[in-house]
Amino acid sequence: MPLQADIRKRLNHFTLQVSLSCGAGRVLSIVGPSGAGKTTILRIIAGLDVPDEGGVTLGGTTWTDTAARVMVPTRRRGLGMVFQDFPLFPHLNVWKNVCFSAPDVSLARHLMERFGIWHLKDTRVDAVSGGERQRCAICQALARKPRLLLMDEPFSALDPLTRRKLREAFRAMKNELSIPILHVTHDIREALFLADEILPVVRGRVCHKWLLQFMLSAREGFSCTDAATGGDSELYEDIDLPVRIKEYMR
Amino acid sequence: MATSSILLPLWLSFKLSVVTTGVLLVVGALLAHLLVYRSVPARSVVESLITLPMVLPPTVLGFYLLVVMGPKGTLGAAWQGLTGSSLLFTFTGIVIASIVYSLPFAVQPLKAAFARIDRRLLENAAVLGLSPMAIFFRVVVPNSLAGFTAASILVFLHTMGEFGTILMVGGSVPGETRVASIAIFEAVEALRYRDAWIMSLVLALTSFVFLIVVNRITGKDANAVAG
Repeated sequence: MPLQADIRKRLNHFTLQVSLSCGAGRVLSIVGPSGAGKTTILRIIAGLDVPDEGGVTLGGTTWTDTAARVMVPTRRRGLGMVFQDFPLFPHLNVWKNVCFSAPDVSLARHLMERFGIWHLKDTRVDAVSGGERQRCAICQALARKPRLLLMDEPFSALDPLTRRKLREAFRAMKNELSIPILHVTHDIREALFLADEILPVVRGRVCHKWLLQFMLSAREGFSCTDAATGGDSELYEDIDLPVRIKEYMR
Repeated sequence: MATSSILLPLWLSFKLSVVTTGVLLVVGALLAHLLVYRSVPARSVVESLITLPMVLPPTVLGFYLLVVMGPKGTLGAAWQGLTGSSLLFTFTGIVIASIVYSLPFAVQPLKAAFARIDRRLLENAAVLGLSPMAIFFRVVVPNSLAGFTAASILVFLHTMGEFGTILMVGGSVPGETRVASIAIFEAVEALRYRDAWIMSLVLALTSFVFLIVVNRITGKDANAVAG
């Protein structure tokens, strides 16, 4: 069931105007600098924000259509969403957080074992580390068998080593998920590492030129440890660049 | 006779406080939820109305309630039409008066507790498929226990010590509206100092013990959060 979104929303300093689609089993990374409107795109797709114009459909189901005044509530969209900073329920332990809306507890257990947090099942979420919270958030989102997975800067709050491990764990698992996955990041190399397709967004508009400039800079020896993108070049040596970007770089 | 003149008012005060607290936890939570999470027209007017009983002299509030709950008042006439009896000088009447009088003591701590909850928790719960009602009971309430505890104590103790409003609306009907605070006043007027001493001591000790228990509970909560 592919996701399609065509949205327009007036923000404080610019108008967000983006069209995107993402097929089942594919990862689309929305990448761009801070304040580009990336999170707003995810929030509109999730139904947490309303666009001024446009629509969102998954498969044949319309979730949002401003012209027809259709707005399916967030709770009925069957989403999994990993928020930035992982807002887990502080009154529950790790197990109860993962099972919060899981229809099948055996899947919840399987995910926790796979992400290495099963031993923390009885621990309160405020007593676990950032990396463990992040794994818990991913398990929570996946345990409800979502029809669409949205990830908003899921690795940005982690230390480099934890970030690397979790990116690799997620990349290993993404092929098993037969749902569209939208991933938002400001880190182009993370997008290259995880995504099947990349949508560069700058000030609310799709801007391939921005991505191309970055890639050309990288080819000419641009430091991969620059502050703007934050990261460690050695962690990305195994990046298999998508064909289209390889073509840009040629 | 002496025993009933002491125990009955104390029992009535306790009963009034429990009923008022129970009702106000529900009503207060509903109002606080509306004020924190929904867009309310003329919000400042609504908030001022809710807070008004906190600053009004109890006799002024009692006077207005007397007018509204009297046979010619809106509420009193409607009640009389429904039940055939008067609201004034009845236990139900002083319960309504207490609810109005203690309303801000329930709404303010609950409002503060709800506002402290991270909005993303509520959004995450919606993403995970919870209805607004389920979000309230599964996320908002468990994360506002300190607010509910504070609201319960304030309302309970405030109602236990209520005097002016109850006197205006309920008078002093033995077994019906003569709560401990009114009975103490009447005992002193009648020079029955022993009765006044006993009832005052019971009220003071009850409040003190109540506060110790609550401090222990909230202390444990704070330690759990810190740990």
